[in-house]
Amino acid sequence: MAQRYNSGLGWADVTPKAGWLNRRHLMMTMGAALAASPALAATGPYSTDEAPNSLEDITSYNNFYEFGFDKTDPAAHAGKLTTSPWAVEVDGLVDRPGSYDLVDLLKGLPVEERIYRFRCVEAWSMVIPWNGVQLSHVLDRVGVQPGAKFVQFTSLARPEEMPGVKAGLLDWPYREGLRMDEAMHPLTLLATGIYGEPMPNQNGAPIRLVVPWKYGFKSAKSLVKITLTDRMPYTTWNALQPKEYGFYANVNPEVDHPRWSQASERRIGAGLFASRVDTQKFNGYGDLVADLYKEQDLARDY
Amino acid sequence: MLRDTIHRGLRPVRPWMVYTLGVLPALLLVIDVFTGNLGVDPVKTIEHRVGEVALQLIVAGLCITPLRRFAGLNLIRFRRQIGVLAFVYATLHLLVWITLDLQFRWSEIGADLVKRPYIIVGFAAFLMLLPLAVTSNNAAIRRMGAAAWQRLHWLTYPAAALAGLHFILLVKAWPAEPLIYMGAILALLGLRLIPRAAPRRMPA
Repeated sequence: MAQRYNSGLGWADVTPKAGWLNRRHLMMTMGAALAASPALAATGPYSTDEAPNSLEDITSYNNFYEFGFDKTDPAAHAGKLTTSPWAVEVDGLVDRPGSYDLVDLLKGLPVEERIYRFRCVEAWSMVIPWNGVQLSHVLDRVGVQPGAKFVQFTSLARPEEMPGVKAGLLDWPYREGLRMDEAMHPLTLLATGIYGEPMPNQNGAPIRLVVPWKYGFKSAKSLVKITLTDRMPYTTWNALQPKEYGFYANVNPEVDHPRWSQASERRIGAGLFASRVDTQKFNGYGDLVADLYKEQDLARDY
Repeated sequence: MLRDTIHRGLRPVRPWMVYTLGVLPALLLVIDVFTGNLGVDPVKTIEHRVGEVALQLIVAGLCITPLRRFAGLNLIRFRRQIGVLAFVYATLHLLVWITLDLQFRWSEIGADLVKRPYIIVGFAAFLMLLPLAVTSNNAAIRRMGAAAWQRLHWLTYPAAALAGLHFILLVKAWPAEPLIYMGAILALLGLRLIPRAAPRRMPA
């Protein structure tokens, strides 16, 4: 019963929009004491009670290479992205393959609020209040066949609206993947919004993956295709630099990126004095997901 | 001619004035800090901006000799100031990394210094700049002798190449900017390999 995690309250009930838009400003003028106590209600067992980043933080600091390499490129260029109509193709080992209109794909499924830590492979992190549906519910709806072992996610690659695609910055379209047990895990979300608002374009509108115990690049944005398959799928960063980016990409302070340490991370959002905190294994979700990997050597399956 | 115009225009410019100019990037950063213009991750912005200014000054310093040799433009009296400023910004870059970025986590800083190629390479470049900055004064030239001083200051070349490599090694994928810096540095070093024309012999 996923419904029980939905309190029925939205962000508007606890924080006025102007309040969270201005949180940054308030923090700067009134000092850090305020930052520690924003009026936020934790919703359900999967959400953290850490203070979420402001909408400004979340929407102006993005890695979305379809719009360029710089963190500010997505906010600058994603405005042109057409997100309606939006179809998601579901194919491979499913009972009901086809091209689904986004509205139909999600109709009737419980939209939940999940406040997750988000840890980038570049060693920075944020706390983000997502809205979305569990991926498992969508997969149940399309009917996963017994032979399916993995899920591949394909992002939009539309050169006329995406300068980074046009410039060929990576091998487009962006693709990511999960093992079936990871995909079915209740933490794994298909997010459609942030702070109760529709997903901002620069964050992967209109629908994106969120896998909070893995590095951010696993959480593919602007999904146009979900493929059920019996073999480990092609994933973009893994194909580009296999020694640096593994298929699993679980957050793990014990397994460094070959070029930089993953021992700690800088929490974005407190300005000049954003604190550096120790990185937690599985990004702090170990009690919920560590079992998935108990047979594996995580230094090898990075 | 453009060259002469530049020479004439620069005549009233005293070398120390370069330092005044060199303060501007830092001043702009300070203003941006106080006006909240550095985005949501000001630490990275500051770290990258001072690092990039250092790299730009290193490239500028490398331009002096080829400009004189191939374009007849003589800016040599500003070279010391450019070099010292490059060192100052490289030092700021290192300090921002230790204080605001790594926040004095000495064990992580130590691990990075021995394990991470981009840190090793960047720190090596900084260490090479250190004796150059210390000897960037007339007294040092007199004490060392011009030949030894010049030999020491050839450290500029490996330092520049390592600084360029440092930038390439820390980015994901292949953005153009670090490659452009590296290309410029290698081209400027390459120009120095072009042999000078042998002195013309008088016909017998």
